[in-house]
Amino acid sequence: MENTYYISNYCSIKNGKASLNGNSQITSSETEIPLVLKNIYKELDLNYRKFFKMDTLSKLSFLAAEMLLKTPTEAIEERDIAVVLSNNASSLDTDRKHQKSIADSTNYYPSPAVFVYTLPNICIGEICIRHRLYSENSFFIFDDFSGEHLFDYASSLISSKKSNEVLCGWVNVDEENYEAFMYLVSTEKSKIEHTTKEINRLYQEL
Amino acid sequence: MSELKEELKTKIIEQLNLEDVTVAEIADDEVLFGDGLGLDSIDALELIVMLDKDYGIKLTDPKDGKKIFESVNTMAAFIEANRA
Repeated sequence: MENTYYISNYCSIKNGKASLNGNSQITSSETEIPLVLKNIYKELDLNYRKFFKMDTLSKLSFLAAEMLLKTPTEAIEERDIAVVLSNNASSLDTDRKHQKSIADSTNYYPSPAVFVYTLPNICIGEICIRHRLYSENSFFIFDDFSGEHLFDYASSLISSKKSNEVLCGWVNVDEENYEAFMYLVSTEKSKIEHTTKEINRLYQEL
Repeated sequence: MSELKEELKTKIIEQLNLEDVTVAEIADDEVLFGDGLGLDSIDALELIVMLDKDYGIKLTDPKDGKKIFESVNTMAAFIEANRA
């Protein structure tokens, strides 16, 4: 934990706005989250059909990761990027949809496509498939955003040589509320030092 | 039969969230999985649920799906022969 690491890039998606390194990149006039995320997908000029099959948490995570990692390349695969995400609603948004489909025993048709997203860490899987990451990954459920925990975990992954970089953050969806905050921790020197204080400061900027 | 095929194409697009795919783009004999429309194993399960929910047909062996879901043609023929 004595080594100094850096936050090379960070991004956020909240209230219809997608920002990269504090600069607004995309603003959607839509208010409903599926339309906001579709707008951002289109604006990022992506062509990934599976995106439309994802649940909202995975779509949100996918887009935030896309802003930081851009188009998948072999270079990304070789960078050995671990993924550590967190939230406080787990996969509740999708769990509710699944529950609704099994609540009536006379109309019992659970959707396999919904059921597969009833775990929060599936969103990490979607990011890893897209960017061909075969690295360490973890998803934590906290009461609130915890910069301290993310700092400790990412620092530990790099210092113990489990990964070269860590894609960290908070991705939360609960009914109409959503927010994504992601950042890349790296050993390469940059303007923002990887500290709990800086992580919390960047999150508060959302 | 052609009405059923059009109906199936609409349902496939809606239920499998095939964004940017239109009914006109799905040929009756187009392969639905793999190189064709690119459906995957979760889509196959969704189609099994759709057969049960919308046409009252239960597939007892999911392996049967391989032939039934080969194309819109094969799906329509199976539904015509088995629906309640």
